[in-house]
Amino acid sequence: MPSLDMESSTALAVTLLDLHRHYGPVRALDGLTLEMTPGEMVVLLGPSGCGKTTALRILAGLDTATSGQVLVGGKEITRVPANKRDMGMVFQAYSLFPHLTVVDNVAFGLKLRGVDKRKRLARAEEMLALVGLAEHRDRYANQLSGGQQQRVALARALAIEPSVLLLDEPLSALDAKVRVQLRDEIRRIQLEVGTTTLFVTHDQEEALAVADRVGVMKDGRLEQLAAPTELYNRPATRFVAEFVGLSNRLPARLEGGSAHVLGNRVATLHGSAASGSGRALVRPEAIRLERAEDGNARVLTVAFLGPISRVMCTMDDGETVLVQVSSSLGATLTPHDRVRLTTGDDAVLVVAD
Amino acid sequence: MKGRLVRGLLIVPFAVFFLVPLLAMLDFSTRDGDGRSGRAWAALVENEQLREAIISSLLLALFTVVLMVVLLVPTMIWVRLRVPRASRMIEFLCLLPLAIPPLVIVVGISGVYAWVSYFLGNSALTLTFAYVVLVLPYAYRAVDSSLASVDAVTLSEAARSLGAGWVTVILRVVLPNIWTGVLAAAFISAALVLGEYVFASLLNFDTLPVVVALLGKSDAAVSVAASLAALMFAFVLLLLLSFAGRSRHAERT
Amino acid sequence: MADRGEGGAGRLARLAPTLGLAPFLAYLTIFLLIPTIAVAIGAFQEQGRFSLTNIEALVNPAPLRRLWSSVVLSGTTAVLGATLGALLTWLVVSASPRSVLRRTVTSMAGVLAQFGGVFLAFAFIATLGFSGVVTEMFRSLVGVDIFGSGWLFGLPGLILVYTYFQIPLMVIVFLPALEGLRPQWREAAVSLGATRWQYFWQVAVPLLRPAFLGSMLLLFANAFAAYATAAALVTQGSPILPLMIRAGLTSEVLLGRQNFAFALALEMIVVVVIVMTLYALLLRRTSRWLR
Repeated sequence: MPSLDMESSTALAVTLLDLHRHYGPVRALDGLTLEMTPGEMVVLLGPSGCGKTTALRILAGLDTATSGQVLVGGKEITRVPANKRDMGMVFQAYSLFPHLTVVDNVAFGLKLRGVDKRKRLARAEEMLALVGLAEHRDRYANQLSGGQQQRVALARALAIEPSVLLLDEPLSALDAKVRVQLRDEIRRIQLEVGTTTLFVTHDQEEALAVADRVGVMKDGRLEQLAAPTELYNRPATRFVAEFVGLSNRLPARLEGGSAHVLGNRVATLHGSAASGSGRALVRPEAIRLERAEDGNARVLTVAFLGPISRVMCTMDDGETVLVQVSSSLGATLTPHDRVRLTTGDDAVLVVAD
Repeated sequence: MKGRLVRGLLIVPFAVFFLVPLLAMLDFSTRDGDGRSGRAWAALVENEQLREAIISSLLLALFTVVLMVVLLVPTMIWVRLRVPRASRMIEFLCLLPLAIPPLVIVVGISGVYAWVSYFLGNSALTLTFAYVVLVLPYAYRAVDSSLASVDAVTLSEAARSLGAGWVTVILRVVLPNIWTGVLAAAFISAALVLGEYVFASLLNFDTLPVVVALLGKSDAAVSVAASLAALMFAFVLLLLLSFAGRSRHAERT
Repeated sequence: MADRGEGGAGRLARLAPTLGLAPFLAYLTIFLLIPTIAVAIGAFQEQGRFSLTNIEALVNPAPLRRLWSSVVLSGTTAVLGATLGALLTWLVVSASPRSVLRRTVTSMAGVLAQFGGVFLAFAFIATLGFSGVVTEMFRSLVGVDIFGSGWLFGLPGLILVYTYFQIPLMVIVFLPALEGLRPQWREAAVSLGATRWQYFWQVAVPLLRPAFLGSMLLLFANAFAAYATAAALVTQGSPILPLMIRAGLTSEVLLGRQNFAFALALEMIVVVVIVMTLYALLLRRTSRWLR
């Protein structure tokens, strides 16, 4: 394991305070406030146009907010130009300098700071070893695969010992398998180096896998900021429940603080509607399925996904429900089988119809 | 922003450098003693030699464009769809005229043109054959980028799988989609033909540039007027072209 | 017997697509390849027989002087056109491709670069000729005769007029290279701490250098092969190589020396082909990076 003579006390707290970014009538950011603790990895998650990249770029200094403040380590840096902000950034693609070798790319930031040749090459090689590409030091960007290029980009960003690390959808341009491998690598390295990190993505699985906390954004605002498990099990709004993971929308009747769903009575989550009828957002794995001739639903399709299977069922009242079952159960099911579906006991979010 | 101001200021000397001769042409061609006169401009239609040269050149442009389209476009589509291995060779051949100065081609073409005038007479329109060669590189580039951006191969495969024959594929599937490229090739070719001088003068044909040069010795004002008119005409042609066609720039999300 | 018939038809069917190229290839052969070959052959002939006299005559002082003048003219305007043109391109590239300014500039550049020829010659006659507008202005306002003995119709004048179309050509050729500079490179450099100068010298310049040099070569070849402007401006004498070829063809001075014109043309082709080959090599290097 390469030794890093980094003082992890370089990690600083980051605060975005009530950021607004307007382009004429368009509100890319509409009052975003976010506080990051030192050494934390926060992922901003949301669909395109939600403002996550805008927020990142404002933090980097590549864009200026219409109003609001940016603070790092307690000091305001809203007016500080981008090249003086001591932040490392990894872009989605194509950011390696094509005319420089890998090692020169990584050493670039150090060269700009006047570090002498021997020291900066040594540091660059240390970073390359950290990301596992030491033997590619003399190659050029166009000789590397997409995943390798992003690792070099990460090494380059970390070489300058930044106080904040910024990742702008670094995995979006890569193949599925590489994406999964690399996201674990990134998380491992981030934990080892300990830099406060802001990671932007539209892939919710990615967000849940690497983050300390996830901020779900929509229309320039933060819908919910919480740890992955909290976000998944206790979504604060309908948007979060539907954007993160899969959700069924089952008819529910509200009564005295609890909901009647699929014949079961469960508690409701904070933020649910109060009374009347509505839709309960229930995850596929929260629904129990068993074969039953007198059941309330019929199987439509069974999708085998390896460790689990997803069964699409249609209820007698016409509703379509997606259920997650173990593959051993899934293997016994065929279309047109009659089954009984019931909910578990977990609390659900109920929204108006 | 400071940057924008600097750029704006730096553009001024360039604007002056390029506009002064054009404005000078306007002034020069309308001078009459101390006052103004439209005589030189009127000569564009009144002077018989000039008028015929203008018509000659316009016809030449038309013929060249037609022959170029008939010869080049089917060949390029054919190569892309049926003989992709030949595409490098065709590209090389089409760009070859860029490496061989027109002056050199003229020097060697007199033999060929002796034959041409034997069969087809002495009209300036016989220049069409040589002109198609001259416009080839520019026309090729315009059509090629259009073919590439439209992915003609995939379109033709889709059409063929639905039962279309080759003629249908070319005429009704590919051609309608590359018409902007063909149009661009046509405009650029026309502009080039209207200004072409090397071939016309050394083969002794009376096209517009040749007559303009000849007249310059006796009546400079007319030549200047004709020159300005030609430049403006070509400018309008190319400007219109830049507005035609779909934008191929993708939107950034 | 049926097999043989099918084999024959099969081979023909496979060959057919290639035959579709025949009209095009035949056309090019007649109107491009044959004239070029005629020049190559004619340069080595005299009075209808093989001879090296014309090739040898190329190193006589008169042709050599014209060759040198052509090289100076092409080289100077290539350097001027490339540097000033690169600057102008940078000024234009920040405008959106759909803006009116950009469309106007690119259209005007297209006209001046490729189409000008004779018409540009008259533009400068109207400006700096004996009774040109600027000449008259200097005469009446400052009392100075800038026309002098007609420098416009010699090498200095040609340099000025050629630059007028070399700069726009540079804009056309260099614009794609400047556009190929990805914004991510700039932003990555900035986020790593680069100032504008640092980005310019350490990232932009190395990346643009091949395209810049290549474009300069293209400008050289363009000026070297140019004919129309010089022919329209210079009616007496032949200070540069293309005009010497004109003289040879129109047999004003060199009576019956048609073949010498062929040799001069061959010389011109050799120079241009060398320059264009270097250009193609440099272009290949650029396209690897700026895709």
